[in-house]
Amino acid sequence: MAYSDKVLDHYENPRNVGKMDDNDVNVGTGMVGAPACGDVMRLQIKVSADGVIEDAKFKTYGCGSAIASSSLLTEWVKGRSLDEATLIKNKDIADELGLPPVKIHCSVLAEDAIKAAIEDVKKKRKG
Amino acid sequence: MQFPIYLDYSATTPVDPRVAAKMAECLTLEANFGNPASRSHMFGWKAEEAVETARRQVADLINCDPREIVWTSGATEADNLAIKGAAHFYAKKGKHIITSKIEHKAVLDSCRQLEREGYEVTYLDPSAAGIISPESVAAAIRPDTTLVSLMHVNNEIGVINDIAAIGKITRENKVIFHVDAAQSAGKLEIDMEQMQVDLMSLTAHKIYGPKGIGALYVRRKPRVRIEPQMHGGGHERGMRSGTLATHQIVGMGEAYRIAKEEMHSENERVLALRTRLLDGFKDMEEVFVNGDVDHRVAGNLNISFNFVEGESLMMALRDLAVSSGSACTSASLEPSYVLRAIGLNDELAHSSLRISLGRFTSEEEIDYSIGKIREAVEKLRELSPLWDMFKDGVDLSQVKWAAH
Repeated sequence: MAYSDKVLDHYENPRNVGKMDDNDVNVGTGMVGAPACGDVMRLQIKVSADGVIEDAKFKTYGCGSAIASSSLLTEWVKGRSLDEATLIKNKDIADELGLPPVKIHCSVLAEDAIKAAIEDVKKKRKG
Repeated sequence: MQFPIYLDYSATTPVDPRVAAKMAECLTLEANFGNPASRSHMFGWKAEEAVETARRQVADLINCDPREIVWTSGATEADNLAIKGAAHFYAKKGKHIITSKIEHKAVLDSCRQLEREGYEVTYLDPSAAGIISPESVAAAIRPDTTLVSLMHVNNEIGVINDIAAIGKITRENKVIFHVDAAQSAGKLEIDMEQMQVDLMSLTAHKIYGPKGIGALYVRRKPRVRIEPQMHGGGHERGMRSGTLATHQIVGMGEAYRIAKEEMHSENERVLALRTRLLDGFKDMEEVFVNGDVDHRVAGNLNISFNFVEGESLMMALRDLAVSSGSACTSASLEPSYVLRAIGLNDELAHSSLRISLGRFTSEEEIDYSIGKIREAVEKLRELSPLWDMFKDGVDLSQVKWAAH
């Protein structure tokens, strides 16, 4: 399969790879996918007191498109408010990376990951 | 070194230059271009002679009578002809067929077609090592069983079945035994005088011959009957009609001649390279060889690097031509059915690489590949949340995943 230059760029130079302390009340973690399906994404965001995403980190087990989708997502969410971040749609990611139809599920997974991370941090803060 | 490095010899092989030279002699006006079926002139006689020489060369490799060789377009056609041809011919005796879950699609899909026609098929389970035990074949035979179809060597994991032992059982039970030898001919000793095999599929392109040519071995003593699947001019004693492709056939003959001559020294050399390759990963954690290591053809290594997904690994290995059992590399998005059938969990199936070595693989290429693979696995494990969890001591089988 031929990959787009953007997928290759993110795959070769993934942005914001890493892990944050899950016990931090300001950190939200979204872990989506399953090894059985061939992809697992862990996306983490660090949110400021006024609800802005200050930092984002990811680790992904999956194909190149899954890695690129999560890497791109970390770039996009930084500096956005939680409300703005929820507006990111899988189609935006797929379009930006030029994903072929068989790889659309990778962008869906990335959307699921950010939603899960946001939910997690909201829940933590309430609790 | 030339890049990319070809390490996918189980998929196909380059044509040996000696084979290509022979083939080129059968194409143009000045050369041997005639129709082997033309009986009225020199052009036909010469072409027929070349075809019969090739038939003898193929027969020599598996120690059989040249009259037992029927040319086909490849192993897929040979599998179709053997399975449907024998099942149809012996339909009055019964409509039960035995095969295994890890056969090539040419066998499995031929069996599926027979199921649609009202036949019943038993799909045997391989052992965790990837081997079909003779006992399991014996246990599956019924009074209405007419055919057992099993591969000699598996195309994904390279594991070898004990064809001789299974042949004894099928012969005792008067059941036809078909063997798909696409991956073994020219790599393992095959002796049709010793092995009680009735039908055997052969191909040229896995052993440095051209694509588009193969053969079906059809035993004469005791005589095995098949119904033709391709009707026409009655070529190949009525079993497979169609003008014989002289250049292809000559290419297969030469490839098999070379294989017979060089098989032992080549196997030794290739096995040493594979051992070197495997040793290159010895000190890495969570690396598993899929299928039996000892009962395996020399050129095949199927290996899983746990917590690294196969397609992303192949992406990092763009200057190596290898294949993967990962779902993402297949159109179906399903991981390898062979690896699943030998009991691999999904992670390991998704994390597998098939690296296959051959005649033109060098030590230098192996050393380069080891370095590249190690580097890629380390990089991707740094990126893998599963590797993190493994390092933190999390039991991944106990995690509840949100499957999608």
